[in-house]
Amino acid sequence: MAAKAQTPIRLQVVNFITQWGTVLTILVLVIFFAVWMPPFISPSNLLTILRSISIVTVIAIGITLSLTVNGFDLSVGSVATLADALVISAFVWYEFGLLPAILIALGGCLVVGLLNSFLIVKLRIPDLLATLSMLFIVEGVATTYTGGGSISEGMPRLDGTETFGKLDPVFKAIGSAPWIIVIMLVVVLLVHLFLNQTKHGRYLYVVGGNLEAARLSGIPVERYRTLAYVLSALLAALGGVILASRIGSSQINAGAGYLMPAVAAAYIGFSVGGAGRPNALGTLLGAVLMGVLENGLVMMSVPYYSLNIVKGGVLAIALASTYFRKK
Amino acid sequence: MPGPLFLSAHGSRVVCDLFFAQGWAPSRSLTVNRFVLRRCIIAAQAHHILEMKNIAIEFPGVKALQGVDFTVHTGKIQALIGANGAGKSTLMKILAGAYSHYTGSIRMDGQEVDIHTPRASKAQGIEIVFQEVDSALVPSLSVAENIMLDVMVNKMGGRQWINWAELHRSAQAVLERMGVQLETRLLAQELSLAQKQMILIARALCEEAQFLVLDEPTAPLSIAETRELFRLIKELAANHGVGVVFISHRLPEIFEICEELTILRDGQVVTCQPTAGLTSLQVVEWMLGHRFSETYPKSQVPIGGPLLEIRDLTAREGQVRQVSLRVNAGEIVGLAGLVGAGKTELCKAIFGALPVKHGEIRLRGAPIQVRTPHQAVRSGLALVPEERRKEGILVEEPLFVNLSLSNLAIFAGFLGFLRKAAEKLAARRIVAELAIKTPSEQQKVAYLSGGNQQKVVVGKWLNTDADVYIFDEPTKGVDIGAKHEIFVLIGKLAAAGKGILYASCELAEIMGITDRTYVMYDRTIVKELVTADTTESEILFYSTGGK
Repeated sequence: MAAKAQTPIRLQVVNFITQWGTVLTILVLVIFFAVWMPPFISPSNLLTILRSISIVTVIAIGITLSLTVNGFDLSVGSVATLADALVISAFVWYEFGLLPAILIALGGCLVVGLLNSFLIVKLRIPDLLATLSMLFIVEGVATTYTGGGSISEGMPRLDGTETFGKLDPVFKAIGSAPWIIVIMLVVVLLVHLFLNQTKHGRYLYVVGGNLEAARLSGIPVERYRTLAYVLSALLAALGGVILASRIGSSQINAGAGYLMPAVAAAYIGFSVGGAGRPNALGTLLGAVLMGVLENGLVMMSVPYYSLNIVKGGVLAIALASTYFRKK
Repeated sequence: MPGPLFLSAHGSRVVCDLFFAQGWAPSRSLTVNRFVLRRCIIAAQAHHILEMKNIAIEFPGVKALQGVDFTVHTGKIQALIGANGAGKSTLMKILAGAYSHYTGSIRMDGQEVDIHTPRASKAQGIEIVFQEVDSALVPSLSVAENIMLDVMVNKMGGRQWINWAELHRSAQAVLERMGVQLETRLLAQELSLAQKQMILIARALCEEAQFLVLDEPTAPLSIAETRELFRLIKELAANHGVGVVFISHRLPEIFEICEELTILRDGQVVTCQPTAGLTSLQVVEWMLGHRFSETYPKSQVPIGGPLLEIRDLTAREGQVRQVSLRVNAGEIVGLAGLVGAGKTELCKAIFGALPVKHGEIRLRGAPIQVRTPHQAVRSGLALVPEERRKEGILVEEPLFVNLSLSNLAIFAGFLGFLRKAAEKLAARRIVAELAIKTPSEQQKVAYLSGGNQQKVVVGKWLNTDADVYIFDEPTKGVDIGAKHEIFVLIGKLAAAGKGILYASCELAEIMGITDRTYVMYDRTIVKELVTADTTESEILFYSTGGK
């Protein structure tokens, strides 16, 4: 009898932990760090954490969108690099204004998104492999475009030509608090509404849930898969633009480091609140978890080069909790 | 090749043992050959009889087989036929050792043998080539490797190295004995279905098969390929002493190559007779028998003008050939045919889910373009697909999401934002209308019964205002009560002036609810019948290739 009565309770506990484990972990971590090092909980440090996760979150939201159609976009890091190069070069080399510069960056990355969809939807290359090749191609394109070097204000081009372009002051503000945090929250909110409250979001989930059923229900599945990869590239581009504003220059492979934390954030977010599917709020919480962990560990003087061990471990745990229950 | 020696002995044992002698131990080949040959002649001359006696098997709730006797002789071709669900596949799976909980005995030459595992079955020289050839092949390996797969896995002994030249020579030799021209270095994935079958038969020969079961081997083949397969089967039986069990729905084929046929119906043997002197009609009568008649709620509806007209529809890869049909308003049109006749493919081709080579589709007299299901739905078609869980519903989603799959746009307002209250209200209405048994519209569809899931698949089309509903085997895996409700629902749709195309391999259903019926055979429509003027036997006669 006792054993019988226990099973549902154990199951409830397991369910509760999978659904709210991310939130619980964040709370536990915050309390732990706050007790250990009181300055951790100071408003300025909390703001620092939010600022530090903004770029990762925006890129991770892009990955989340590609995950909704049961796809995957590995090229987001390279796309961010490309956007960084495009926007900075537009300011410094070609002396464009704010809007044209940003539109050029977004437009260039839109092309990458369309190419991704072409490879995946039309040529039927598995998503991981298609975006893996785009990762290489786009990285190469960005490096070639910048001539294998960095770009910043006042720095001559590789052929020795002087440059006179300046970064727009509004552009500079994008990458600093509070705007960087506002942009992140707006992106999360918009994508959340898009996925949960609109027809298109519903269709994305349906396509990801059962492609054949979606197709035979009359949903234009190719169009929605294309949409997912295009949106993913656009958000990666936005992340790249913010990154450019933050570092004020274009650097070789600047966006590459964002791929893994973004993937981790998206996957950690899967199970938040029992969603069991990629979702924007979950992704934000995933990014918060990673940010808190990183910030706290750095304050505890864990060397920065060891952080990846912890971050990778968190990703492994998140993936385990997603896939282990699927059996 | 010791050609003359070879030809002097018959029986597949010869073929195989010689390969091992030659292929795997070249240095000792001569002595081994002689030894093997002597053994083989003895083996080949012996006539073997495989008997299944009083076989019965039950699955939860179903007596699949009862008191079945079945006999095969080496060197003969035995047909096994029966309508869908008669128990043919179950019987052959028992022979293959796939089930261990049957009762009855299996005897080889009068000696009882224990066949409860696939291994034991193989040890008796029984090989089965199932319909899904792809599941038994490794697509990325060569023809030779696929033929010699069992040998490489089981007969290598302690050797670690593969002798590729010998491997290809051995495979080539089997193919030559079969009279099949095939390059052994090709990859299995580059082959046609017919060639893949040949590989499996070759593999069976390597396994010293004395009894070879072919489960509907001709269903996917062209006429020329079928002829080639028949030549091979006859060759195996006549010159290699293999006993062949041939399962097919196509009666003309059975009359062509089988000496004897066994007919199963509802898990029992109806008769076992030499084919000579029988007619297709007689066989059809035996297959059908007299069943309990179910009652069908057929409502009489005045039939209007043509809704859907199809002319000369041919699918790109030949899954459907030159089909023409017409569905009128208020009419329920049956699409009869046995499994593999091409009904599902035709339904999908009409719906744009299968690439079409040529053909014209008209709706209310106007030609429509249907290249994707999206276009089909916009034009006014609806499909209830055969594979419910794979193609019709999202089991992980709640009911209301499933019910609005095809018509979500009507609940979407500004910028595509959803009015979820309206969506759920509409879902509740459909749940009530179709009597879907569920606590609420929030329930995950995975928790519903098969019949209720099927109602969900139908229900998602109700708000689309489709003109023509295509049903593909809608009663598969559905209990009697839910079946009845689905028939009533179809009747209501017809009464509302919709056109219905109803594909089913259950002849009783076709007879019960349709006004007119097309019969499909070999991927095309072979006959149009008015249901009131026909019989189940007549439909089955045309379904099995009668003319």
